[in-house]
Amino acid sequence: MGIGTYLALASVLFGIGSAGFLVRRNMLIQLMSIELMLNSVNVLLLAFNRAYPANHDGQIFAFFVIAVAAAELVIGLAILIAYYRIKKTLNTDDATLLKY
Amino acid sequence: MTLPGATLFVVTAIFAMAGGLFTIWARRPLRAAMGLLVHIISLAAMFLTLDAQLMGVLQLLVYAGAVVVLFVFVIMLIGPAAEVGPIEGRVAPRAVSIAIVVTLALALSTTLARFDAPWVEVPENFGTVEGLGAAIYQQAAAPFEIISITLLVAIIGAIAVARSRTE
Repeated sequence: MGIGTYLALASVLFGIGSAGFLVRRNMLIQLMSIELMLNSVNVLLLAFNRAYPANHDGQIFAFFVIAVAAAELVIGLAILIAYYRIKKTLNTDDATLLKY
Repeated sequence: MTLPGATLFVVTAIFAMAGGLFTIWARRPLRAAMGLLVHIISLAAMFLTLDAQLMGVLQLLVYAGAVVVLFVFVIMLIGPAAEVGPIEGRVAPRAVSIAIVVTLALALSTTLARFDAPWVEVPENFGTVEGLGAAIYQQAAAPFEIISITLLVAIIGAIAVARSRTE
């Protein structure tokens, strides 16, 4: 049980998030999958910082990841609401305006 | 790693994976949001085993306190249409993407699991409010201020994108 276990767990969580983003067609759940992926990167950063604890660089980076994730989510949900007003659905397969 | 720390890690790892899987499996978005909540809370507890106390608290405050609540607000705003019907047709691309993701995750995790660093003693104040706060203000003061501008731009952008145009 070492730092490697944390890194393996983080990559599994990243895989879960990216599988959800690729397979689901519900825009809300795709946004949640993005949050899963960002969280797994935070685990990675904190584990590496614990392995080399001379400074706080990893934790500072994770702090900024959390802040940027919050900003990204706010914009994503605003786009989702605007999309829902136009299409009356959250299915991303229906977003075909720029496809043809 | 001490025995209580290892136990906490195993328990939180199981809950984090179960919550993540529930998030991407759930039919209803509200249940997916609850899965996300379980995932976030268990990760916050896991951060304690990495001597990142302030990050654990911030994880709870920002993700469980703000992100999940925002998701639930939007689900309530949109109502029944938030539920998207079952996947129709075109299963092959999804199967291929699942296969690629599983392969990549397996390759990454088996490789990274071999990374071995000793559990060195952490210096005093590592990861506490005092230590991390001093590190942020001494090494990353300018990015810290820029983050506030980023959040302000995000607020203005959200209002501009989502406001209803009543003509």
